[in-house]
Amino acid sequence: MKARCINRILIKAALRRTLVSVWLLSGMTLLHPARAAPIPDDLKPLHVLNRLAYGPGPGDVEKVRAMGVEKYIEDQLTPQSIPEPESLRRELDSLETLRMDPVELFREYGPPRPGRGRKPDPQAIKAARERARVIMQQAAQARLWRATQSPRQLQELMTDFWYNHFNVFAGKGLDHLWAGAYEEQAIRPYALGRFRDLLGATAHHPAMLFYLDNWQNTAPDSPGARGKLNGLNENYARELMELHTLGVDGGYTQQDVIALARIFTGWGLGRPRGKDSRGGFYFDPKRHDYSDKIFLGQTIRGSGEDEGEQALDILAHSPATARHIGYELAQYFVADDPPPALVQRLSQRFLDTDGDIRAVLDTLLHSPEFWDRKYYGNKFKTPYQYLVSAVRASGVDLVNIRPLYGMLFQLGMPLYACLTPDGYKNTSAAWLNPDAMTRRISFATALASGRLPLAQPAENNVGPARKMDREERGPVRRVEPVDDARLTDTLGNALSAPTRAAIKETPPPLRAALILGSPEFMQH
Amino acid sequence: MNRRKFRKAASLIPGMTLLTLGRAGWAARVNESDIGLKRLIVVFLRGAVDGLNVVVPYGESVYYDSRPTIAIPARGGADALIDLDGHFGLHPALAGVAPLWRERSVAFVHACGSPDATRSHFDAQDYMESGTPGVKATPDGWMNRLLAMLPGAHTSTQAVSFGPTLPRIFTGRMPVANVGVGQAAARPMPLDRPVVSAAFDRLYRGDDPLSRAYREGQQTRRQLLAELKQDMEAASNGAPSASGFVEIADEAARLMARDKHIQLAFLAVGGWDTHINQGATTGQLANHLRPLGDGLSRLARNLGDAYRDTMIVVMSEFGRTVRENGNGGTDHGHGNVMWVMGGAVRGGRVYGNWPGLAEENLYQGRDLAVTTDFREVIGAVLTRHLKLDGQRVAAVFPGFRPSATAPNIV
Repeated sequence: MKARCINRILIKAALRRTLVSVWLLSGMTLLHPARAAPIPDDLKPLHVLNRLAYGPGPGDVEKVRAMGVEKYIEDQLTPQSIPEPESLRRELDSLETLRMDPVELFREYGPPRPGRGRKPDPQAIKAARERARVIMQQAAQARLWRATQSPRQLQELMTDFWYNHFNVFAGKGLDHLWAGAYEEQAIRPYALGRFRDLLGATAHHPAMLFYLDNWQNTAPDSPGARGKLNGLNENYARELMELHTLGVDGGYTQQDVIALARIFTGWGLGRPRGKDSRGGFYFDPKRHDYSDKIFLGQTIRGSGEDEGEQALDILAHSPATARHIGYELAQYFVADDPPPALVQRLSQRFLDTDGDIRAVLDTLLHSPEFWDRKYYGNKFKTPYQYLVSAVRASGVDLVNIRPLYGMLFQLGMPLYACLTPDGYKNTSAAWLNPDAMTRRISFATALASGRLPLAQPAENNVGPARKMDREERGPVRRVEPVDDARLTDTLGNALSAPTRAAIKETPPPLRAALILGSPEFMQH
Repeated sequence: MNRRKFRKAASLIPGMTLLTLGRAGWAARVNESDIGLKRLIVVFLRGAVDGLNVVVPYGESVYYDSRPTIAIPARGGADALIDLDGHFGLHPALAGVAPLWRERSVAFVHACGSPDATRSHFDAQDYMESGTPGVKATPDGWMNRLLAMLPGAHTSTQAVSFGPTLPRIFTGRMPVANVGVGQAAARPMPLDRPVVSAAFDRLYRGDDPLSRAYREGQQTRRQLLAELKQDMEAASNGAPSASGFVEIADEAARLMARDKHIQLAFLAVGGWDTHINQGATTGQLANHLRPLGDGLSRLARNLGDAYRDTMIVVMSEFGRTVRENGNGGTDHGHGNVMWVMGGAVRGGRVYGNWPGLAEENLYQGRDLAVTTDFREVIGAVLTRHLKLDGQRVAAVFPGFRPSATAPNIV
């Protein structure tokens, strides 16, 4: 109680300082137009937890205050330095499909092999698909357990960021087998690494090869061309430039799209039960176009698989790519409409460091814009950010992800199910709408009152609900209602005066709901 | 007092809904009953539907030459297309729409599209939704600007988007409601309880974007629940259970038939980006067209009398290549077909200046050319159906001048 009062006084003092400096600045704007009022020291721990993590859990604000904001940032940028809790490790280890590569997944869960000369049996296909549901279930469990519990929060944020940047829709054909492996093998390991490695990993992964159709991309009249594999497919080449690298205004033409599609002919999937593939990737020389290509003004000699690597090098080192990534990062971490000067500095750092994502983030997290009061708490959370941060703030140990999974669906952001290759956006224009407010608040109320079965082990976390008998379900594990005073502490005692006034007028059992449904908590 | 100021003032008075205030304030100037409620529903096919296999130019041999495995046969019983006018035919999966064609309440405009030639899904959709091709900075969508131009009192459900998020086409300063679709949307929620909503009403009484969204959400939710209750009381069970687009279309029809205030509605359906295995009479595209056609025909039927005053426009960001690619699919193209349905449509005709599929007439030697700007078609709906004057149409589509040869579809 005492600590809270002191905090409040500190915040008030800090705010007064801010106001004074704003007032002073307003008279000096002509002299120093770029000078910004920084976030007061007292709010800095909460700010980094809101932006580098999915918000604070109980005790986190105090922890960061004790260790220092700078040390927190440093740790988050080097996730391997942060030990993973034993309990989380054990939970992840129990998900066997998480460790399987695309070839193993296909062999174990793929469509049944038809008998010679026979059509595959539709019943058997359906049964295989049913059996394969466990893969997406476990991927979703791993994702949400890590997001809520892992202390390597920035790595989880960046995994979500890059998954959307290199989006794959799990509902398209074979991608229900591979979307989880894609995140595990092509995204998370590189989330804070080099952009070129990330780009290469996505380009070779069966999930991407299938999603954007490149596995069928074939040089017309090549020796391997036959049946449906008999011509160029521009899909991957176009999105690779528009979404993954240069950006739509990156200065490429339709001729470049065609040249790039020709470069990637033959990049495809290994035979399902063959031994010639590398993690499911197979370059088919018989379907490749060996002629020379002019791509973005450079000649790429026809040589086979390596042409694709050369093209990826060109794309990864282009200033347009640096600008595109700089813009996206500044938008994700600072403001929907990111300050151009920051974007400029981030792209420069990207170019200077050969696309070192950690270095670019380091620049971002030490920029005056990131610490500008003007951008404090100004990002409207995506449904994913909102739900994960609410669970973290409530302090519940997430076991059963079903309530979150279903809610993400209702809010228009189902996991691994963004249909289009541009991925989910993170702007308020995309997510702030009347229906969303109604549903978020309803979720907050159910969570705060302990009525969501988040701690209940469930046999089937994702698919259609299956009634379990009492023995199977085990004892009912209730979630305690969230205590509003504790929640206020968790959130750094930083609620606004109007929210505090509204809370005072509200019956105690509803107060925690009000906090989780407040404007301060909808934004970060 | 202009509408914006009025809304602002209204929202500051607690305990009164905009609905009643709005009527009192605006009825003085425009008598609602005199206008007769004209409605517009826009259905967006995201992902670029292959218009050449929707309204098929079967009279041209180039069509069959360009598409050896995915063309729709002109003859052959159930597999064949449905003839429209001796030159064009409808994909057989759209049989649900055929009766409406015969009743002359559906028309198509072919070789229609955006004057901007981008082949990016996202840019092309953005331009069609902002209504300003080639201009990225436009902050709002054209249906939001249209909402501001409609006469009469604004009500919380005057414009409704069916889906969990608000599309670009509806973003802007006018409030737009959105309703979730599917069974989950109607389930009771904690915020339905008065004690909970009273607490949150206190928290969200300001004039900031979150508070405005909250209040719109509350009003829509109450209306929706009231209508669902009526449905239950009418014991209208036995209705066939629908899925996908049919389910959304059914929900839209149910709400619009009951709530006479809904004037603008938007529905989107995806899955049209058929780069591989598009199929012909059957297959991937057919599997998407069937629920679309069935959903639209049920929408028309379920609207009942309101269908007479309704226009349904079906559009997609661009068409697909004339030639099929090497994978039994089609790549991003340019011109496409646009549909217009409704009681006031001069239907039973394929409009537009058909450029033909001969190579020299194709855009960049590969795509159907665009000979009608999509804004011509919508402009005709705004002028003749919603009775907007030239100035208001110009506010909906800034920088656009309707041509004298615009198709006379209404």
